[in-house]
Amino acid sequence: MDCYTANWNPLGEETFYRKLELYSMEWGLREDLRDCVVAAAPYGGPIALLRNSRRDKTPSARPLLEIYSASGLLLASVPWKSGRLVHLGWTAGEDLLCIQEDGTVLVYNLFCEFKRHFSMGNEVLQNHVLEAQVFHTEFGTGVAILTGALRFSLATNIDDLKLRRLPEVPGLQKPPPCWAVLSQDRVTVVLLAVGQELFLLDNTSCSVVSPPGLSPSAGPFLHMAVSFTHRHLALFCDSGTVWMGTASLKEKFCEFNTGIRSPPKQMVWCTRPRSRQRAVVLAWERQLMVVGNSSECIRFVLDEDSHLVPELDGVRILSRSSHEFLHEIPEASQEIFRIASMAPGALLLEAQKEYEKESQKADEYLREIREQQLLPEAVGQCIEAAGYEHEPETQKSLLRAASFGKCFLDRFPPEGFVRMCQDLRVLNAIRDYQIGIPLTFTQYKQLTIEVLLDRLVLRRLYPLAIRICEFLRLPEIQGVSRILAHWACYKVQQKDKSDEEVAQAINQKLGDTAGISYSDIATRAYDCGRAELAIKLLEYEPRSGEQVPLLLKMKRSKLALGKAIESGDTDLVYTVVLHLKNELNRGSFFMTLQNQPVALSLYRQFCRHQERETLKDLYNQDDNHQELGNLHVQGGYSQQRIEGRVAALQNALDEFYKAKNDFAAKATEEQIKLLRLQRHLQEELDKPYLDLSLHDTVHTLILDGHHKRAEQLYRDFRIPDKRYWWLKINALATRGDWEEMEKFSKSKKSPIGYLPFVEVAVKHHNRYEAKKYAPRVPPEQRVKAFVLVGDLEQAAEAAIERKNEAEMSLVLARCSAATDGAVAEKLNRARAQLLKK
Amino acid sequence: MAAHLSSGRVNLTALREAGRRELREFLDKCAGSKAIVWDEYLTGPFGLIAQYSLLKEHEVEKMFTLKPGRLPPADVKNIIFFVRPKLELMDIITDNVLREDRGRSPQRDFHILFVPRRSLLCEQWLKEQGVLGSFIHREQYSLDLIPFDGDLLSMESESAFKECYLESDQTSLYHAAKGLMTLQALYGTIPQIFGKGDCARHVANMMIRMKREFPGSQNSIFPVFDTLLLLDRNVDLLTPLATQLTYEGLIDEIYGIQNTYVKLPPEKFAPKKQGEGGKDLPTEPKKLQLNSAEELYAEIRDKNFNAVGSVLSKKAKIISAAFEERHHAKTVGEIKQFVSQLPHMQAARSSLANHTSIAELIKDITTSEDFFDNLTVEQEFMSGIDTDKVNNYIEDCIAQKHPLIKILRLVCLQSVCNSGLKQKVLDHYKREILQTYGYEHILTLNNLEKAGLLKAQTGGRNNYPTIRKTLRLWMDDVNEQNPNDISYVYSGYAPLSVRLAQLLARPGWRSIEEVLKMLPGPHFEERQQLPTGLQKKRQQGENRVTLVFFLGGVTYAEIAALRFLSQMEDGGTEYIIATTKLINGTTWIKSLMEKLEPAPF
Repeated sequence: MDCYTANWNPLGEETFYRKLELYSMEWGLREDLRDCVVAAAPYGGPIALLRNSRRDKTPSARPLLEIYSASGLLLASVPWKSGRLVHLGWTAGEDLLCIQEDGTVLVYNLFCEFKRHFSMGNEVLQNHVLEAQVFHTEFGTGVAILTGALRFSLATNIDDLKLRRLPEVPGLQKPPPCWAVLSQDRVTVVLLAVGQELFLLDNTSCSVVSPPGLSPSAGPFLHMAVSFTHRHLALFCDSGTVWMGTASLKEKFCEFNTGIRSPPKQMVWCTRPRSRQRAVVLAWERQLMVVGNSSECIRFVLDEDSHLVPELDGVRILSRSSHEFLHEIPEASQEIFRIASMAPGALLLEAQKEYEKESQKADEYLREIREQQLLPEAVGQCIEAAGYEHEPETQKSLLRAASFGKCFLDRFPPEGFVRMCQDLRVLNAIRDYQIGIPLTFTQYKQLTIEVLLDRLVLRRLYPLAIRICEFLRLPEIQGVSRILAHWACYKVQQKDKSDEEVAQAINQKLGDTAGISYSDIATRAYDCGRAELAIKLLEYEPRSGEQVPLLLKMKRSKLALGKAIESGDTDLVYTVVLHLKNELNRGSFFMTLQNQPVALSLYRQFCRHQERETLKDLYNQDDNHQELGNLHVQGGYSQQRIEGRVAALQNALDEFYKAKNDFAAKATEEQIKLLRLQRHLQEELDKPYLDLSLHDTVHTLILDGHHKRAEQLYRDFRIPDKRYWWLKINALATRGDWEEMEKFSKSKKSPIGYLPFVEVAVKHHNRYEAKKYAPRVPPEQRVKAFVLVGDLEQAAEAAIERKNEAEMSLVLARCSAATDGAVAEKLNRARAQLLKK
Repeated sequence: MAAHLSSGRVNLTALREAGRRELREFLDKCAGSKAIVWDEYLTGPFGLIAQYSLLKEHEVEKMFTLKPGRLPPADVKNIIFFVRPKLELMDIITDNVLREDRGRSPQRDFHILFVPRRSLLCEQWLKEQGVLGSFIHREQYSLDLIPFDGDLLSMESESAFKECYLESDQTSLYHAAKGLMTLQALYGTIPQIFGKGDCARHVANMMIRMKREFPGSQNSIFPVFDTLLLLDRNVDLLTPLATQLTYEGLIDEIYGIQNTYVKLPPEKFAPKKQGEGGKDLPTEPKKLQLNSAEELYAEIRDKNFNAVGSVLSKKAKIISAAFEERHHAKTVGEIKQFVSQLPHMQAARSSLANHTSIAELIKDITTSEDFFDNLTVEQEFMSGIDTDKVNNYIEDCIAQKHPLIKILRLVCLQSVCNSGLKQKVLDHYKREILQTYGYEHILTLNNLEKAGLLKAQTGGRNNYPTIRKTLRLWMDDVNEQNPNDISYVYSGYAPLSVRLAQLLARPGWRSIEEVLKMLPGPHFEERQQLPTGLQKKRQQGENRVTLVFFLGGVTYAEIAALRFLSQMEDGGTEYIIATTKLINGTTWIKSLMEKLEPAPF
């Protein structure tokens, strides 16, 4: 551990840089990197190489497109058969963009499988791509092109392709020595250098800009670099001067003269977030230089041809034999490991070591920290610093120190420590060379665990992804289920296995894990042309509702119908039924429905509202004569002409007979008879009779004094006596024909008694007439009748005669003290007598 | 504002809140000013979830009723259709959209909110009409169970009974199952499910299936409900036919309560101010909201109407005594205390005035001879007297052409109480009805027969007496003032449905197996496994909570009976009631009637 700071290189007073090896590369490159088109994705992403492209020594040999993991394992390779490639770049989703000379951009996944292509437009096609850059902004991944006509075209988001052609740069005669894409305030612009001038190209204009504070002697610009975050800009000038400042060109950080006048092969920013030092790394053929706000710089010798990959918090350096990471030492690590550091973290680390050696010095160190009350800070520092270490041993010793320090603290929140242990385990797992994702802690936090899981899924590292989910106890739906679903979608594409095998394998793994949609997987299988597999997979789908759309798409409508019915969702059933209706001929459509009563009754409902004629056919098929009859009745009522109604009713009549519903048939027969009669009456009496009920017809006839005709109907339609009598006296009373009523009352013995006469007369405010009938009311109703006509005296007498207490009370209640005193007294006496007994 | 929803054992405010949240989220999706085009049927139920003010807060500026033709002009950015997924309505919407002036600027965006569920069928329909693309947002608003009161949920699906029993269309049952799933998501998995009837079986099956469809989504909410009882309306066709005799039931029978609101004749509510000798009586019906938020109403709603008068007069005395207090208030402190109570007292006084007026209105009707005669016949039937022959009163009513629905209620009641009528009797009634009210009612009669409300006794014997005796449906010694049995709600008849619920709680259905077999449809029990952590350890004396779901409708009297059981001291069970629709005999029969409008010749 004494030599821990051996690889620390100071830059200025405060900061140190170190270069550490991530992997030794065993990718067996024969060519030098400089002979290949190289693109490495940020965040420890994969490396794409196009070999044999730069120097066409043997034009017959096809170039080879290869993709390696960051640790140099070959993921896939494919011979390059398309046009001449100008540039390679990675999208944020780790798709490879291959930009061709003709402006076509081919998109591959990281297994060299072609996904799609798009074009950068006609202008680019005509003038060819001279240079291209792939850039990342908050809008996604973009592509910028410099065409042969020295014009810039760009698209800020390739997933939502909108091409922009930037305005012309005045006086531009040859390709600019350097240019870059900047993203400022959500606007994407191009900065280019022409000699000693800088031009800023936005959508509409081209303006000259100049970096503040640049030495007049700096000379023409040869190279420029934009930082990972688009916030900083570095410019390399002919005199060997490097200018560093903000990308907005409003502020200068520093200037440094490298003393090398040839332009560097690459220049990239190497700054960690929130650092005070801002540094740039420049690479020439044989040397690497880190320059920043310091009169000194750091130099490294490059043994091999190298390629720089800018990262959020450092630079990765790729070469044929190794893969290194150059970065600024984070503050926490500095505090702890700087030689002779007295920072609390450093002391705690020491204390823990001494403790392990069982030395009393441990106590001294600890005491020192505790006296300053810096123990929480010391623990925090150790935890934080552990995150920045790549060596598990160092991580462990720091965590042990933190854990040791924690013992002396009351209520120190454990989450930070636990989280760091978990994170480091995840990071160590993915940094393994077999996985080859050398994320730093800072990058990992920026990327988030969700994206990391996506990237593992992209690499088809399903088991590892699942283990990470389980380890971090992520909710199933976001974690394990999602990954299993991805795995299954990949599995169905494996054409070498039988449908049965694949389906079983998938079900075995997935079981009924929460949040798995078998129908999504089945859809994928169907899209790959494996309909049988899709059906097998659908069998595992517990949500029948989900099965239906795919089954329909696969033209398995009958199966879909079964599933829809199972789901209980009538809307789904309807959907399938209407689908079937279009798909099958009428005969087999009806047959299908016959076997599915639920579907049949729903379809009937549909027809009831939309296609009445079809409904008839359906009932006909079932020989359901009752319903057919009902339909005819209903149909009859929408007829405009009476003949139509009668004809419809005649049909209904026939159907009712067939249905052996004699009652309905007879009723309908009567109805037809009534309709005909009403028409006759209407013509003869010039009064609307049609559509009156039989009751109302007779009523109207009596009202109009056509007693004979009423009598006729009463007989023809065999109206029961009781009802006829009620009907007639009501009508007569309404007409005020008391004479006729009296005559009628005497025509024979009333089947309804005589109380109704009293009631009807009273209802029509004719007490005089009412009184005529009261005596004819039988004794048991007589009291009520007399009360109705208002003859309390008689009522009282009747009640007393009947010795009925309830009736006496009823009459009493009607007596008013002023007028009926005598009656009341009589009643009271009678009642008292009654009660005595 | 919604305090009455949280007053009960189960806090239904949570359900209402969930509904409001969902509505707000949808409205915010359509940025900018909006106009809502309403499927008229939805306005009532929506009113129970969200008032206009909520809509207004989310930039709803105009409201229209859905009808064919061109949409009214409104200077808004969004037009949102709130509709049930019905094809008829889709046709109207299509018409609206096609007639929209494409030249107008700015153009209005269209959206559809399906209530309670998005429908592939409707979307397909719109697609075929070529207007589907006109809608930017097509969403669903799962308004299945709407909280009506602290213990009452309704789907307000008017035609649920008709669809299930006449048309074999079980859409409403699917919605019911979905609603129950929502309820379980909010209030925990219900461990026990009991049911009686085909529809109940279907709903339970769907629930179990839906639960299986989302494995792993293990509900971690402590269950609020212990038991779910699913009851088919056709298990008990009798109860809704009888005239309800509770206060609330009578208000509904006479004036009709819709979405907790009732419209009353205004005369009795005229402001009694001196010097204004009834100059201008209000002509608009008086609209009142009836729910347990009103203290007095909560107390009297479920009482037998005969017991309401005494409560009202007692209340009147208390209130006037309270107002008298002011004369005794001497110190400033006492006056202050009196004043602080004033708003509450004034509210109580106006509530009392309202209910006294309503009670008077009802009394006018219940003391009428016709009401009495009708009730007598009903009670005779229910107690099993002369159910097998043609009834004189019914005949007389037909002869005098009393309202058809009244006749149908009585005839159906007789049929149900006799397990079907003799063919001769049935045909006689039918013929009387057709001749008096018109032959077109043959279809209505056919519907009633299909629903089993009206039928011919076929061979079998009359089961009703056995059912009546075993379940003690008729109680001669009914106490209307201080009831000791649920039969008080019909002054003698104990609603069969509620009796089933009561017997399920104690001693269990095993004791009535025989009778259950006589009632239509299967009876069953299902258990839903709970994770061990959620299994209830019942405290001593803690009541069980049972959700009774009436598939096909429930009456206020049945609700009153269940509330009575909840309040029984040794009851041990509290009931929450859910239903597809709040019904009474009239609305129920009406929903089964075929409306034939003859074309004018």
